[in-house]
Amino acid sequence: MNLYDIVFYVFAALTVVSAIVTVTTKNIIYAAFALMFAFFGVAGIYALLNADFLAVTQILVYVGGILVLLVFGVMLTNKMTSVDIKTGTMQTLPASIIVAALIGTMWRIMYDTQWFNNGAQQQQIQATTKTLGQLLLTDFLLPFEIASVVLLVAIVGAALIARKEPSA
Amino acid sequence: MTVGLPHFLILSAALFGLGLYGIVTRRNAVMVLMGIELVLNSANINFLAFTKYGGVTIAGQAVAIFVIILAACEAAVALAIILNIYKQFNTVNVDEIDTLRD
Repeated sequence: MNLYDIVFYVFAALTVVSAIVTVTTKNIIYAAFALMFAFFGVAGIYALLNADFLAVTQILVYVGGILVLLVFGVMLTNKMTSVDIKTGTMQTLPASIIVAALIGTMWRIMYDTQWFNNGAQQQQIQATTKTLGQLLLTDFLLPFEIASVVLLVAIVGAALIARKEPSA
Repeated sequence: MTVGLPHFLILSAALFGLGLYGIVTRRNAVMVLMGIELVLNSANINFLAFTKYGGVTIAGQAVAIFVIILAACEAAVALAIILNIYKQFNTVNVDEIDTLRD
């Protein structure tokens, strides 16, 4: 049981417990903060998978961007009459059964499959930022440009959809 | 046992199931969005696990970058739509948003 395994189990436990709190708690703000812990746990998993640039990007974009946006959405769409905002759930029993069956099937498949192992343990760890930068401008140039256009359209579209209508 | 490819896949499957549970059972539209983000994160873990253990080149990490970008775009647009729905219906309960025109 080396250090890698211990760190993996710690981050996996953090992620799964935070995800469970996110989808089961009644308080929306608790759910948003549990989601933040889940994103941090996932960033730790990325770092364990030799994806250092992606781990930092995950924290910057997800925690610093998307989570803040979600909390804005929560605050703007609930009547702040009381201190805590509660939300309900519906039909938890059928959903639990179906989700448990789905997860159980996937786990069984993933555990039993003979995965093709190409000696990943012997690779030495190298930083990925430079390689990814070069990839984005050579092999992945077209998806990169299209992603830029999508981001621009999403910003303009979101601002357009959510603006106040000018009173006629 | 030492941590290998199945461990990361099992973690991503668990996250996927939890995100799916959040999408299906939550009544608030913003909570459904949180479930969607969990599902996207689980797919990203899958991509990166196969990049490290499965003989895929570093292109797997480039795909994961694009998934993060698209998740950000989709969260922004979805929240704009939710704000608009709140202005129209005065609620974000997905059960009560059931008419196409006012």
